Amino acid sequence: MKTPEELHRILADKFGDEVFELKQDEPVAPWIIVKAEQIREVSKFLRDEPGLRFDALMCLSGVHYHKENALGVTYHLFSTSEKHKLTLKVIMPEEDAHLPTVEQIWKTADWHEREAYDMFGIRFDGHPDHRRILCPDDWEGYPLRKDYQVQEFYRGMKVEY
Amino acid sequence: MTNVKENRPGPEVTLSPPVDAGNGLKTQEMVISMGPQHPSTHGVLRMELTLNGEIVTRAIPHIGYLHRCFEKHSEAMNDYAKVIPYVDRMDYVAAMNNELGYAIAMERLMDIRVNDRVEYIRVIMSELQRIASHLLAVGTFGLDIGAFTPFLYCFIEREKILDIFEKASGARLLYNYIWIGGLMNDVPADFKTDTAAFVKSFRPKIKELNDLLSHNKIFIDRTANVGVLPEKVAINYGVSGPSLRGSGVEWDLRKDDPYSIYDRFEFDVIVGQGEMGTVGDCWDRYIVRVWEMEESLKIIEQALDQMPDEGDVQEAVPKKIRPPAGEIYCRTETPRGELGYYIISDKSTTPFRVKARAPSFVNLSVLPAISIGAMVADMVAIIGSIDIVLGEVDR
Repeated sequence: MKTPEELHRILADKFGDEVFELKQDEPVAPWIIVKAEQIREVSKFLRDEPGLRFDALMCLSGVHYHKENALGVTYHLFSTSEKHKLTLKVIMPEEDAHLPTVEQIWKTADWHEREAYDMFGIRFDGHPDHRRILCPDDWEGYPLRKDYQVQEFYRGMKVEY
Repeated sequence: MTNVKENRPGPEVTLSPPVDAGNGLKTQEMVISMGPQHPSTHGVLRMELTLNGEIVTRAIPHIGYLHRCFEKHSEAMNDYAKVIPYVDRMDYVAAMNNELGYAIAMERLMDIRVNDRVEYIRVIMSELQRIASHLLAVGTFGLDIGAFTPFLYCFIEREKILDIFEKASGARLLYNYIWIGGLMNDVPADFKTDTAAFVKSFRPKIKELNDLLSHNKIFIDRTANVGVLPEKVAINYGVSGPSLRGSGVEWDLRKDDPYSIYDRFEFDVIVGQGEMGTVGDCWDRYIVRVWEMEESLKIIEQALDQMPDEGDVQEAVPKKIRPPAGEIYCRTETPRGELGYYIISDKSTTPFRVKARAPSFVNLSVLPAISIGAMVADMVAIIGSIDIVLGEVDR
C-alpha cells in the first residue's frame, strides 16, 4: 500500500519530473496531472509494475473547466492486490481535446470513454468503437459542456428541456 | 457552443458469405434486434445479435433509451440536497443504497459526522433494500427462464419490506429518506418490532426459494455452464457486486473498503463455487444473491440489537450545504455492485460536477464478451443473471 506522494515519486523517477504535477492541497486526496500524450504509457506502467499493480479502473470521468477553456479526464485507479488508490488527471485545451485511449489496458474504459466522448466531445485516439453511447448517433453538441445549448429540433421533433 | 455534426456509422457488422446447405438452399448469418421492447431485457435495452443459426457470434448492446442526464440536472439544482431525488431514480429498485452512497460522499467531502442512531438506521434500511432488490432480481430471473411461481413468492416478501419503508418515509419506491448529514425523519416507534418480525418470518422463506427455484432441475439446466465469466475478465472489465463474486472473487466493499459502520458487523462474503457447473456461470451469480440475503439478515439482526434508542436524526443536517472547493470519489456497495460518486465542488452551493459510476453500466459492458457462442435463449439467462437496471445504465 502506497500513498499518492510515494506513487508520485515513483512516476517522477520513471518518466521524469517535468511531466507530473502533484496537487496536494485537496480536502480529501491529492491527485496527479499527467500530460495527454503520456497517459497510455503511464497507465500501462501503473498496471504492470510489481508493487503498483493498478488492475482496476474504478471510474473515468470527463470534466469541463469552462473558466479555463479546458476539458479534463479523471482516472480513478485502484489495486485489488495492493489496496491503494490513485487519481490521475489529464487536462487539455477545449478546441483540441484528444488523448490516447486506455481501453486496451482496462476494458472498463471502453464504455466510459465513449460516455466522455458523448457528453464532452473528448476524442480518444485508438478507441476501437468510437461512437456516442447514450445520445443518438446524430445528436448535436455535447450535453455536459457548460455552454451547451440544446438543439431545437431533432429529426423534426421538438426537443424540450 | 461546439456543433459537430458527423455521420458516424454504427460498428460495422460483417456477415460470413452464404454457405450452400446441400439441398439447393443457402444459409447465412443473420442480424436480429433483441429489444428494446423485449420482456426479458429488464427495461429498454436493445441487443444487436449476429446469429449463426441459433448461435450468437456477436452481441452489441445499444443503450441510452432512458437517458435523462441527471448529471446535467444536478448542475442546475443550486443545492446539493436536491440531487438526492435524482439519484433515487437511477437504480429505482435500490433507491436507499443510492441515497446512502451520495450522502456518504458528501459527508466525507464536508467532514460531517453523523450520530450512531442515524448510522444504524441507515445500515438497516440499506440492508433491507438489498434484500428487496435481490428478491426482485432472483424473481425476475426465474421469470425470464420460465418459472413464474417463484416471482410471486418473492414479491410477497418484497412487499413486507416496502411496508416498513413506507411507514418510515411515506414512499414505497423512491424515498428521499437518507439526507446529507442525517435522515428525513426518525423511524416510527414500532420500527424495531416490525423489522425483527420480518427477519424472523423471512429466514425460512430462503429455504423455500431454494426448494422452488435454486435446485429445480430445469432451472439448473438453463443456467449452469451458461455465460461463464472468468475472474480475470471480470476484474479487467470492472465488474462488481454479485456478478463479480459469482466468478469466485471475494470482493465486497462493505469489507474491503469499509464505509459507514459496516466494520462493526459479522457477516460472510458469498462467492460462487461452481456447485452446478463452472465457476462464474449464471447459476453462480444467481445463488450468490440468494445467500447474500441471508447475510443481510445477519447484519440487520446485529444492527437491531446494537441500535441506540436516543439520538436526533437531523442533528448534523447542515442548513446550507457549501462544501469546500475540491473533489471526491466515494464508492459504496449497492445490490448491483460498486456505485461510485465523483463530485467536484467549486465552493458554491451548486455542484460543479456530479458523476455516478453506475454498477449496472459497467456490468453490462461485459455482456458482449461472455455471450459469444451462447444460444439465443441463453442470452435471456445471461442478461437476467447480470441483473441490470436500465434506469441506472442510462442515468
